[in-house]
Amino acid sequence: MLTNEHIKQRLKEKFAEQVTGFEEPYGMLTFEAPKELNLKVLNFLYDDEELRFRFLTTLGGVHYPANKGRELAVVYHLHNLADNVRIRFKVFTDINLPDIYTATGLFSAANWMERETYDFYGFNFVGHPNLKRILNVEEMDYFPMRKEFPLEDQSRVDKDDEMFGRGGSAGFGTDTREEDNRNSVTAESEKDDAPG
Amino acid sequence: MSEQHIKLPEGSIEKTTTTLNLGPTHPATHGVMQNILELDGERIVSTEQTIGYIHRAFEKIAERRPLYQITTLTDRMNYCSSPINNMGWHITCEKLLGIKTPKRVDYLRVIMMELARISDHLICNSIVGVDAGAYTGFLYVMQYRELIYEIYEEVCGARLTTNMGRIGGFERNFNDIAFQKLEKFLKEYPKVLKEFENLFQRNRIFMDRTRNTGAISAERALNYGFTGPNLRAAGVDYDVRVHTPYSSYEDFDFNIPVGTTGDNYDRWLVRGKEMWESLSILEQAYRKVQEFKGAEAEVFHADAPAYYLPEKEDVYTKMEALIYHFKIVMGETEIPKGEVYQSVEGGNGELGFYLISDGGRTPYRLHFRRPCFIYYQAFEELTKGGMLSDAIMTMSSLNLIAGEMDS
Repeated sequence: MLTNEHIKQRLKEKFAEQVTGFEEPYGMLTFEAPKELNLKVLNFLYDDEELRFRFLTTLGGVHYPANKGRELAVVYHLHNLADNVRIRFKVFTDINLPDIYTATGLFSAANWMERETYDFYGFNFVGHPNLKRILNVEEMDYFPMRKEFPLEDQSRVDKDDEMFGRGGSAGFGTDTREEDNRNSVTAESEKDDAPG
Repeated sequence: MSEQHIKLPEGSIEKTTTTLNLGPTHPATHGVMQNILELDGERIVSTEQTIGYIHRAFEKIAERRPLYQITTLTDRMNYCSSPINNMGWHITCEKLLGIKTPKRVDYLRVIMMELARISDHLICNSIVGVDAGAYTGFLYVMQYRELIYEIYEEVCGARLTTNMGRIGGFERNFNDIAFQKLEKFLKEYPKVLKEFENLFQRNRIFMDRTRNTGAISAERALNYGFTGPNLRAAGVDYDVRVHTPYSSYEDFDFNIPVGTTGDNYDRWLVRGKEMWESLSILEQAYRKVQEFKGAEAEVFHADAPAYYLPEKEDVYTKMEALIYHFKIVMGETEIPKGEVYQSVEGGNGELGFYLISDGGRTPYRLHFRRPCFIYYQAFEELTKGGMLSDAIMTMSSLNLIAGEMDS
């Protein structure tokens, strides 16, 4: 029986202090390694006769803008199908230098997953055979899943759209935007209440 | 005509292969996806797939939505089996929130999920038939998919994009008509499925068209991240329902059908066998649901007031219910901090939800593991060296759903 504790031990034996951040959220062993080591760790997990993490369940990016120097993370979910154990492995990188070794040599499945992650977060998967956008248009020049591209604020009032209830005609032609969004919403709704 | 009359563009004479553009709006692709095929006669030399034509940025949108509003996004992924996606999402949320659902809810969910699986496999298998030139089966089974959709309608009011259930259970108890229709389905469907199988299973033409085409070995399938019927057809008995049971699947007795060669025929067979297994699960689940008597038979949701919408009557008469109602509808409920991965056995493989919450009101990050997206990249390997007409069959037997692929 392969326990989380045992996997942790094996990783520590092999990589000593370089694998860090061991956690077990909801029972899944989670840890991280420096980005230079991602392939070494993946290879070790794959080849080791005991660990046998040979199924790449999924791979995705996360953006933490407040984490200076390690803003972007690649998260691998690996599965040992023989012992039915899953683990989560994270690699952090600087957003200004998002180079990470590709896992395509190990998992054919990583090909499109990495393309998708590149497409949305801008990782540069070093050694990827065909690193280009996959879901977005090729002309796109930004990485839309990064946090600096917030979705539309539901309370914005600078759009006049009678049909869809954003401000309506009350504010048409005048700039009702104020510094605080909340204030402008109140101002807007007051105007809506006024007759005519 | 002598040579001097024809002025061929320079270099064109060396090109011995034909480039064929299949899709994105080709009837044979059954969805918006493009294949650029390089053909030598009718043999495929190489393929390149372009996807993303119906990309709707679900993962991004989900970052601005409270949990219950994300259910509608999951509908639109694999729309052939939306209830499975819905339940998968609810189960993910419940795992994060630590909500324990009553057994009756689990069994009702199993009923809906297995019905969805049957409708998914039914479409896939009959479409494989259509692509081989056998339209009859497709039309014949369609009325039973219709019956499944009618059951959806009784349960949630919708047919295709179901938005079925809530975090913690269902929005209301199943009505009698839903159970009657389920009984009708359980009674009539086995005969229809048998007939459907008779049409294809030992049909010489169908076998010749599907056997030894689009085959993949177990090792390659695993490396490509195959899951679901496509992986099982290659001989690997991996099924999320058995390996990491959810929604009380451990209470049910069923087999995992596996194939050997991983070709189109095996995929077809595995899906067919799975429908029989689903029928058996449905019967067991229905029996289990009937065992609940009295007040127990009225249980259709967990006790999770902060996430489950209260009864309308209570909203008007009780302060607490009113507050919860307001907070839920306005999306003002803080969700606990955490990181969770939950997967369910979807119609075409392991459908996973990776949810990161930073303690806010919406997910910090939500990633969907979409099985279609992952196994479509193997298409070149599956079809290289084969005939163009076999590639069409491979495409439909993989059960590619553009909505799921593009998310």
